[in-house]
Amino acid sequence: MDRNSNAYTFIFAVILVAVVASALAFAATQLQPAQAENVKNEKMQNILGTVGIEVSRDSAAVPFDKYIVERIALDSKGQEKTEVNAFEVDLKKELKKDVEEQSFPLYVANVEGAKYYIVPLRGKGLWDAIWGYIALKDDVNTIKGAVFDHKGETPGLGGEITQVWFKKRFDDEKVFDESGNFIGVSVAKGYQGGDNKDDNAVDAISGATITGDGVTDMISERLERYLPYFKNKTNVKVAAN
Amino acid sequence: MAENKELTKKEDLILFLSDTDEREGLLGKKNRKLLSDPLTDNNPITVQVLGICSALAITVQLEPAIVMSLAVMAVMAFSNMIISMLRNLIPSRIRIIVQLVIVAALVILVDQVLRAYAYDVSKQLSVFVGLIITNCIVMGRLEAFALGNGVYKSFLDGIGNAAGYAFILILVAFFRELLGAGKLFGAQIIPDSWYEAGYSNNGLMLLSPMALITVGIIIWVQRSRNRSLIEQN
Repeated sequence: MDRNSNAYTFIFAVILVAVVASALAFAATQLQPAQAENVKNEKMQNILGTVGIEVSRDSAAVPFDKYIVERIALDSKGQEKTEVNAFEVDLKKELKKDVEEQSFPLYVANVEGAKYYIVPLRGKGLWDAIWGYIALKDDVNTIKGAVFDHKGETPGLGGEITQVWFKKRFDDEKVFDESGNFIGVSVAKGYQGGDNKDDNAVDAISGATITGDGVTDMISERLERYLPYFKNKTNVKVAAN
Repeated sequence: MAENKELTKKEDLILFLSDTDEREGLLGKKNRKLLSDPLTDNNPITVQVLGICSALAITVQLEPAIVMSLAVMAVMAFSNMIISMLRNLIPSRIRIIVQLVIVAALVILVDQVLRAYAYDVSKQLSVFVGLIITNCIVMGRLEAFALGNGVYKSFLDGIGNAAGYAFILILVAFFRELLGAGKLFGAQIIPDSWYEAGYSNNGLMLLSPMALITVGIIIWVQRSRNRSLIEQN
């Protein structure tokens, strides 16, 4: 058959695309369980990481069940939604809904008698989604720990938000200011505060300003949604407004 | 008889080794040259000036640079082999599209496998695995070499060019991580006493423009050592 004829070109293209597509579809379905397992275990590992329990990804399931005593899904008014499985809530989908319809997952950890509230975060970085988890001590003001992750930030720049030295900066930071107004924690460029833990700010990463701003926005936007729930807790100093 | 002749012709079409390959031996002089040339006088980055974009993007640290090099090597070796196998079947009018489909499929495959079995590495490379598709070196070698050469030679050419790319990537990443962050493979190299004495990391090294300047310096060194690379005009 003439290799330059239209018919040959057409048939070649159809066969090539069919072969490639089925090969990829086959590979994707074969690898999918292993990938989903990685994602699930990593989620448990990240949640545990915020309260200072470091486990390897593969062995996260057992300590997760041990330390995470409650998994609650809340509505926008702070009421529990009993019909929703908090661990299965996909923030990516939730964020596309109206605030009133979203579910807000909350994990309660009990580590050697101390109670922590772990809030999942999700927002926008420079290129794509960023997300993370932030654990608050039971005054719901002091941060116990945080972890961050991203889909497509530049390795070495915005991608550095996953690093230990960056997340350590959030330890013991406060999310309320001194008069009790909710602020969050801002990732500040040219930060001069040193080890000051009461200024609601941490030092940013050079070359990653927009990713840092994304972290700031994500923390304040997400945590604010949980204020109605925390207001019902007596030991929380939430401003009157 | 006539039927037999046609058969051998057809077999030639998909034969792995051309006649010259068989005479030469697997790592004969010419084949060795396919591997070694891209490392020196025909380097894809410094001489052919291909694949510059990723050389800028993932050379902030050594580790991602190395993993990226390996991913590019796998994609180049296999895409070169596949295109070379199909070289007598591909209609020339749509050859670029065919190349793109093959490269894209391989890249997606690499990405999926990394995500399932080397999850941490795949996270570190994030977007750049996908960007291998647009790496000019891959398409360049398919067009320039694989379409006209046997499967084994194409395989060597793919490995050789990917190694040339890797060499520059790792060299640039070495200097950027060392001078920009004082670290290698994430471990601190510059002693604390230097910082106390007033040394500070050069934050500029972490930004993309310095990768270009580093590549420029490498090209300068290379051309001053081998004057035949300098264009006459």
